[in-house]
Amino acid sequence: MLNVGKIEEGFVLDHIKAGKSLDIYEHLQLDKLDCTVAIIKNARSNKMGKKDILKVECDINMLDLDVLAFIDHSITVNVIKNGEIVEKKDLVLPNQIKNVIKCHNPRCITSIEQELPHIFYLADPEKEIYRCKYCEEKYTESAKKD
Amino acid sequence: MRHLMSPLDFTTEELDKLFDLANDIEANPQKYAHACDGKILATCFYEPSTRTRLSFESAMTRLGGRVIGFSDAGSSSAAKGESVSDTIRVISCYADICAMRHPKEGAPMVASEKSGIPVINAGDGGHQHPTQTLTDLLTIRSLKGHLDNFTIGLCGDLKFGRTVHSLINALVRYDNIRFIFISPEELRVPDYIIDMLKEKHISYEEVIRLEDVMPQLDFLYMTRVQKERFFNEEDYIRLKDFYILNADKMALAKEDMLVLHPLPRVNEISVEVDNDPRAAYFKQAQYGVYVRMALILTLLDLA
Repeated sequence: MLNVGKIEEGFVLDHIKAGKSLDIYEHLQLDKLDCTVAIIKNARSNKMGKKDILKVECDINMLDLDVLAFIDHSITVNVIKNGEIVEKKDLVLPNQIKNVIKCHNPRCITSIEQELPHIFYLADPEKEIYRCKYCEEKYTESAKKD
Repeated sequence: MRHLMSPLDFTTEELDKLFDLANDIEANPQKYAHACDGKILATCFYEPSTRTRLSFESAMTRLGGRVIGFSDAGSSSAAKGESVSDTIRVISCYADICAMRHPKEGAPMVASEKSGIPVINAGDGGHQHPTQTLTDLLTIRSLKGHLDNFTIGLCGDLKFGRTVHSLINALVRYDNIRFIFISPEELRVPDYIIDMLKEKHISYEEVIRLEDVMPQLDFLYMTRVQKERFFNEEDYIRLKDFYILNADKMALAKEDMLVLHPLPRVNEISVEVDNDPRAAYFKQAQYGVYVRMALILTLLDLA
């Protein structure tokens, strides 16, 4: 059994679908942060069989976690301070997502105007539907995987 | 500063004001003949659309303003690779208001974000064509006196026709509108519109034959099966003549039913219908100028 030590301040992202931790790493842009990150892949889980875990040692105000709700809202977010869990965050779908997914509508202006950010807005919170800000094309699961 | 990207950008109250203004322009054109003296409209048309462009040019000219612009991407700086964002920044230095048509969906919105002047979406791909919708609404309101309590049949290409989608979205804001969608299987209204109607508990029906529903209609909105929306010629030829309105079909309709069409027509309305007093499509083109005049005045804060 592999052991990864406690962190003093930061986040533990638990119950990530097995194999998805690197996607989360990328979406949270952890590569740009100068902090300690532990990526635990395929950890044993009673609930999920296998799961991934990310531990990030950083100032708790440093990360924008809203995007996690969009990627997978079954992830558990534990906020750590002084080595203890001080909060379990509920993930709320963000109203807007910028440069997380791309619009795949070939008729959309984002397909030719290179500098444009890919912005999606939450069109239907109940059905969790996001649409491209510019062409209003609905994002689909296949687009999310890209 | 306000732009017009979608017909839903205006509340129904704001639309009423806009339409009142358009009706006043219709009744008293002289009153507005110099309302835009010294103002310039830029028509930035990245794809050809003679009708919409001329309607805008006519509107601005009738207000006493002047027009500059281009009518296809080949004759603009887009051919050299300039972005929409850069083009509108430059156009903002030359004109007071801009009407933009672009084959890419969302291009006018990109322009509006960088623009120093009001931008009017004059059609962006298959997405929106708000001034056509405003024209349709003004025509209905002017000829019937109200925008609620009627049955409207929409016929033809309901899948790709952006004018149809925009009109449905605009009409659902009024009370007791019933839709009858008349189209071949292949060109039915997209699911997301049907979902929206179900959600709002708005009455609709989908039928294949125009004859079956003619007697029920207060309005019939005909559309062209557009060649450029098809990927192959065979499908286009097979479908284009499915729904042709002629005198026989008109004989089944109510005496005060009105026929609308965004134009240009190809052969979906037989010319024999043109002399029928219920044919309102050329009158509709006239309302298109009035509503664009009212819109220009409103966005320039001259109303």
